[in-house]
Amino acid sequence: MNQRSERRGGWSWWYLLLLVQFVFLFWPAYYNTVEPSWIGIPFFYWYQMLWVIISAILIAIVYFMTED
Amino acid sequence: MAEVNWTALIIFVVLFAFITWLGFAAAHWRKGDLDLLHEWGLGGRRFGTLITWFLVGGDVYTAYTFVAVPALAFGAGAVAFFAVPYAILIYPILFLPFPRLWRVCHKRQYITAGDFVRGRFGNRWLALAIAATGIVATMPYIALQLVGLQVVIGAMGVSGAGYSGDLPLIIAFIILAAFTYSSGLRAPASIAIVKDLLIYVTAFVAVIAIPIQMGGFGKIFAAVPPAKLLLAVPGPHTTGVYSYYATLVLGSAFALFLYPHCVTGILAASSARAVRRNAAMLPGYTFMLGLLALMGFFALATGVHLLPEFAEGFKSFGNNFAVPALFLHSFPSWFVGVAFAAIGIGALVPAAIMSIAAANLYTRNIHREFINPNPTDKQEAQMAKWVSLVVKLGALVFIIFVPTQFAIYLQLLGGILIIQTLPSVMLGVYTRWFNDWALLMGWLAGTAVGCWMFAAANLSPNYPLHIAGYTIPGYAALYTVILNLIVVVVLTPMFNAMGGKQADATIAADYLA
Repeated sequence: MNQRSERRGGWSWWYLLLLVQFVFLFWPAYYNTVEPSWIGIPFFYWYQMLWVIISAILIAIVYFMTED
Repeated sequence: MAEVNWTALIIFVVLFAFITWLGFAAAHWRKGDLDLLHEWGLGGRRFGTLITWFLVGGDVYTAYTFVAVPALAFGAGAVAFFAVPYAILIYPILFLPFPRLWRVCHKRQYITAGDFVRGRFGNRWLALAIAATGIVATMPYIALQLVGLQVVIGAMGVSGAGYSGDLPLIIAFIILAAFTYSSGLRAPASIAIVKDLLIYVTAFVAVIAIPIQMGGFGKIFAAVPPAKLLLAVPGPHTTGVYSYYATLVLGSAFALFLYPHCVTGILAASSARAVRRNAAMLPGYTFMLGLLALMGFFALATGVHLLPEFAEGFKSFGNNFAVPALFLHSFPSWFVGVAFAAIGIGALVPAAIMSIAAANLYTRNIHREFINPNPTDKQEAQMAKWVSLVVKLGALVFIIFVPTQFAIYLQLLGGILIIQTLPSVMLGVYTRWFNDWALLMGWLAGTAVGCWMFAAANLSPNYPLHIAGYTIPGYAALYTVILNLIVVVVLTPMFNAMGGKQADATIAADYLA
């Protein structure tokens, strides 16, 4: 317990998970298309909206895994 | 403008009266001695996870965001959606360095980023650069919040000849100034709760009701001109709008939490855990931001800009009138009142936090450091209260007498300026390797070249970098912060060899739980 709380604020490998969203969103050429569209929304828009949800889940995972 | 929309105006005024009362009543909330700067300017560092969520949410998603992002979608199309990946990437950045910043500031009783840099690097001139950058970057931001307010007041048909047309804006500002003066950060924190409820209701109703009215998303996107639907594919020998989009996303994301109002929101949290939790919870807002950006397309598809009753509004406010016009066109008057109040109150919350943050910086890192080094606690808090008034008055004068476009330019430049504090603040919480004078030189280089790029690109943050026959258009903030870092890394060993460095007032344990 004591040892774990000492580590808080230090490094954890779980933090690497936070890089995922940078990789998938950084370069717009990957997702600058209309198809596949979803309920009439072009891919460009729903893909980025989907990443809002995925990134929130990723941060939540990292939060719980690095919390004691 | 045509005529006053009384139903909307009455609801707007009633909601405004309510938050005015709330702003003054907030002085008694979690009561503290408001003659102490950390009580007035940081709410006593007592805000838990939920209040921090509202407060930082009020910082990030401002009235100007709600008006300008859809306006950009309306005018320029797909590029406006950069706001979504930007608002996704700010949270990993909030999650990692900022709990460390919270811990050290809590342990050492620092109130501003300037205080931290002063303690960490022991150089008051570097702290002055951090504080001055924060104040300069914040001022036009406050002014732009007023634009959101101006647009909705105009959209309700309240207008007048000459400067009397600005009277409602002046009244709103006096209210804002008065409750910020008396209640400090507690006022925007409590009002942020009301603001968020209103914004959420408005956004969800708009995003569900308007597509139904118009026959589905398919029809809306079909009505968007193809040139606006996607980013333009770059031609040969250039990365075109792709690199601009990518660098705008990254540069804006790294700049955001360096803004004084964001630092203030973070430092007001009651624990580092509350900051970490918020990094996981705040993306809820980002989803709404995306929905709001789409409203620019809704406005295009309904063709509000072609309707004669809105011609004058578009003439006065340009594309910023797109969303108000859409609401007037699609909603009953009473709901227009709710939606406009959401935008109006959404302007007051960040404007209050920004003015408090600028006041804290001036008081701690300029006045205390260079003018009166030994103020009493009461004098210090009183100074901050006065400065918050001066800052707001400056913003008001600016927006009334200077063309809006000028405030927009300065706010764009503000992003380039504030990111230059990244090495000292964001990297400073991890390492003391940098030499303080090297940091100051890096800041100077980044700031100077940033201003030059902004001017060279005709007052645009989109600077076309030419490398070996290739053109890479990109956000000048990102380019210049890289330059800044290179200068710091090159000069650090040189300055260390010449003179050695200042003492560090913090210890490693200050950054850990």
